Amino acid sequence: MKRVLPGFGLSMGVTLTYLGVIVLLPLVALVLRGAEIGPERFWAIVTAPRTLAALQLTLVAGAMATVVNAAYGLLMAWVLVRYDFPGKRVLDALMDIPFALPTAVAGLALSALFSANGWFGALLEPMGIKVVFTIWGVAIAMSFTSIPFVVRTVQPVLEDLDPQYEQAAITLGAHPFTIFRKVIWPVILPSFLVGVTLSFARSLGEFGAVVFIAGNLPMKTEIASLLAVIRLEEYDYNGAAAIALVLLIIALLLLVISNLLQARALPYKAKP
Amino acid sequence: MTARRLLIAAALISTLFLVVVPLAYIFSRAFGQGWAAYQANILHPDTLHAIWLTAVVAVIVLPINIAFGIAAAWLVARFRFWGRGLLVLLIEIPFSVSPIIAGICYLLLYGRQGLLGPLLLENGIQILFAVPGIVLVTMFVTSPFVAREVLPLMEAQGSEQEQAAVTLGASGWQIFRRVTLPNIRWALLYGAVLCAARAVGEFGGVSVVSGSIRGQTNTLPLQVELLFNDLNVVGAFAAASTLTLIALVALAVKTLLDRQH
Repeated sequence: MKRVLPGFGLSMGVTLTYLGVIVLLPLVALVLRGAEIGPERFWAIVTAPRTLAALQLTLVAGAMATVVNAAYGLLMAWVLVRYDFPGKRVLDALMDIPFALPTAVAGLALSALFSANGWFGALLEPMGIKVVFTIWGVAIAMSFTSIPFVVRTVQPVLEDLDPQYEQAAITLGAHPFTIFRKVIWPVILPSFLVGVTLSFARSLGEFGAVVFIAGNLPMKTEIASLLAVIRLEEYDYNGAAAIALVLLIIALLLLVISNLLQARALPYKAKP
Repeated sequence: MTARRLLIAAALISTLFLVVVPLAYIFSRAFGQGWAAYQANILHPDTLHAIWLTAVVAVIVLPINIAFGIAAAWLVARFRFWGRGLLVLLIEIPFSVSPIIAGICYLLLYGRQGLLGPLLLENGIQILFAVPGIVLVTMFVTSPFVAREVLPLMEAQGSEQEQAAVTLGASGWQIFRRVTLPNIRWALLYGAVLCAARAVGEFGGVSVVSGSIRGQTNTLPLQVELLFNDLNVVGAFAAASTLTLIALVALAVKTLLDRQH
């Protein structure tokens, strides 16, 4: 096939060199290291009580964060698309803050806010609710850093939704909740699920915000990625590689799932 | 009508607690002990060096990332070839891989026990616990940012204008400068702003490869953690407020660019 436009070789060369050196080579190093460990040793590392506790904490706190973000994201997308009110633009811009803010800054602010002498902690601790150094703190840090995902995936779909179906449902006398469930929900569901998947993936990978607030107690509030770093600091490269590989596999699975969901969501998207 | 009010109120109140209060708290703590204390914290040599190093890393990473982003977008949006889908997935991977895993990968590649470690040691090249390592990990973490903004736009615009330029005898460089670049300039700027903000704020990956040597390989986000661990909370918040300001500026530029689109 004759290519009309120039630059195929150049752009291919630049792209492959960059991806090869910056992305692929380090990932290959991890996979090779993991392969060297051998299945039995690998299994022993992954099923060690401390590793299991860390993985469980990461998954459970990530799920908690994702549930909160799913509800909050849906609410925000709905309010930002469907209603007009003063301050709407500011509210919309605020949605991007958790992505713009460095995670270490978010972690610092949250841990100080929820500590005994912080604004939130001073209110919650007398009620017997402890956030810092508990799974709640981990979940809150994960939730904060992945707030925008659901909002930003549902918002454009809701904007493109053709109002005529809703109007038809209204004229047929449907209850507002029925309209939401039968007309709107099926359309936004795929992109909602994409947002939820991305939010969950991000929560599992979150490190900066979590290490500030978690207290990082082994077996209790130690997330999996931190355990991998601790293994590195102990020069236990195999331990680090095994845990990192597990997290990488989970991340790639979630990437594939979100891509499949995106393909399903696409027919509803009018804009690219 | 009541449902509308209720939902707006719920949105405003939840956002107040989830986003606004944490943001306000950073500045409240940074300036809580007065301007002089803030200034003393920011002007501390280690913090100043961290700011300097963070800027250096961003200045190195950004142009390389822009070049990669444009090349990748041009390749994927303008040509059909075998493995194109795989390439798109590969471009997206750093976005879904946790930075901390990226850091571990780099350690397993360039570390003493790593794949290339012995080779580097023989030639006296230091990558880890030095600036090159920080730059490389930051490049990994930020690599999709420009491509992700430019690629969909170029695909949507199609290549008719560029093809017309070819038939008129324009060279590749002329096409890029006169046709493509003006078309993608806002998306490019948008991606560059996001990339810069991310490069400045990167923490997890950098913390693994930098070694966090005070006054040497500490970037500003790492300095925040170091001060926090030293129980110098005001100092940590002073450093954090600098990063927050950068983030807010990036956000403002992004919001302005959104309106340009």
